[in-house]
Amino acid sequence: MEIVDIVPPELKNNVIVTSVDALFKWGKSNSIWPLSSGLACCSIEMMCAAASRFDLARFGYEVFRSCPRQSDLLIVAGTLTWKMTPPLIRLYEEMPEPKYVIAMGNCNIGGGPFADSYSVVTGLDKIMPVDVYLPGCPPRPEALIDAMLKLKKLIRHPELGRDAADAKALSRANLELMTRPVRNVEERAE
Amino acid sequence: MHSGILYSLGQSLREILTSLIGVPILVDLLMTIICATILLLIMATSALVFTLGERKICAFIQVRIGPNRVGPGGLLQSVADMLKLMDKEDIVPRGIDKWLWVLSPILLLVPSALIYAFFPFDDGVILADVNVGLFLLIAITSQTILPFLMGGYSSNSKYSLIGGMRTVAQMLGYEVPMVFALMGIVMITGSLKMSAIVEAQSDVWFIVLQPLAFLIYIVTALVESNRPPFNIVEGESEIIAGPFTEYTGMRWALFFLAEFSNLMCIGILTTTLFLGGWHGPDFLPGFCWFWIKTLLCVLFYQWVGWTFPRARVDSMLSFGWKVLLPIALINVLLTGVGIYVYNVM
Repeated sequence: MEIVDIVPPELKNNVIVTSVDALFKWGKSNSIWPLSSGLACCSIEMMCAAASRFDLARFGYEVFRSCPRQSDLLIVAGTLTWKMTPPLIRLYEEMPEPKYVIAMGNCNIGGGPFADSYSVVTGLDKIMPVDVYLPGCPPRPEALIDAMLKLKKLIRHPELGRDAADAKALSRANLELMTRPVRNVEERAE
Repeated sequence: MHSGILYSLGQSLREILTSLIGVPILVDLLMTIICATILLLIMATSALVFTLGERKICAFIQVRIGPNRVGPGGLLQSVADMLKLMDKEDIVPRGIDKWLWVLSPILLLVPSALIYAFFPFDDGVILADVNVGLFLLIAITSQTILPFLMGGYSSNSKYSLIGGMRTVAQMLGYEVPMVFALMGIVMITGSLKMSAIVEAQSDVWFIVLQPLAFLIYIVTALVESNRPPFNIVEGESEIIAGPFTEYTGMRWALFFLAEFSNLMCIGILTTTLFLGGWHGPDFLPGFCWFWIKTLLCVLFYQWVGWTFPRARVDSMLSFGWKVLLPIALINVLLTGVGIYVYNVM
């Protein structure tokens, strides 16, 4: 999410607005429900993070919903191929705002070992805005928990992500370009 | 005629109101509103408490710790979830049947809130002690089929529709054995009145007299309330989220609320029908026994839910029609013979 200061200057000192905002930020950051979707081997680590040894449930993040309509976080776990991109974008678009994306594993951050391949998306941020990058091949479950805690920090303090706002705006523009209706296909070719 | 702290509290409240207002009809109306508010509060709180309880119990069974970071010991976890659900975008998909779709979660709450009126919480503490109490209760709980089907049909999504159809198949299939199992209780009591059913258990609980009916009731109650071993309605690995697939945020939370209210309902019903209701040793007041038994029942249902894998839809339906229904009929026969023999002796 890009940072937009919606509070007009004359209301800056309004205590109720800021307090409610803080309350909702607290709620949002403490209840991130991931979508149970996995692309490749990273998803095994994702499942592991919710199991008894690592117990993602301690932070309240263990509610893996199968339906994008009820989830807040898309963990893109594993190698993303161009063939798999349309379904992934569809899942992302079906999620309600506010929604977050974690790019898990080297493969979808920058292509990983498949960087030269014709079929692998080298960089998830080419197709959708990413909030947290989690490198590793695959990252350990502790690392995933750490990534989700980083996301929690980002939700509480959106100003932390200010530097990345330009990059995310670019990703969002790309996403719009890719999901434009089919009748505009000539435009897309330009 | 009645004893118990809750009953005398209600009586003194009524006396205070009568001295303040004076008009009996207004006092009755006010008392009803107060009672209904308390019952709705109990229902809403049960959803908040049971979500956390469910996650903690699930964690305990799976050798995990469960939520413990948000608030002291994770107590505020469900509060955070509710705040987040309030803040979510409200997606209304294109191509839905708008009215049915919007009404479905609201209509689902009505029967699950309504049946709280028929529960005897303590001696004489029951909002509507009608003479067809048990019958009304079963009739109202079976109304929950309709909102599920509405939600499934109106969402214009294949998964939702399959979920809605499954609801009808499952709930109709298990309603029949449940009613026949409860018939044994009615035969022994000789009344459909909820307070009379509890009164009849002052010496012997019906779990002793009707063990077969108790077993059938446990299974059918789990099915009727979509609890995990039989939650084929929203079978996540098969049909995403069943009838709830297209619902977001607070709309979905209403389904959630109804589900946990139903969990408490089956706990209360098991207590009232088989475990003696508010009867218990004298050192605790009746409503304490009632809530202790109810919460133990809820714990039992959650334990069952997180221990067994989900039943397949076809085997579940054939189990209901081919096994539970004949057993329930045999139970009615045995109860009749038992009552006859008892009367002859």
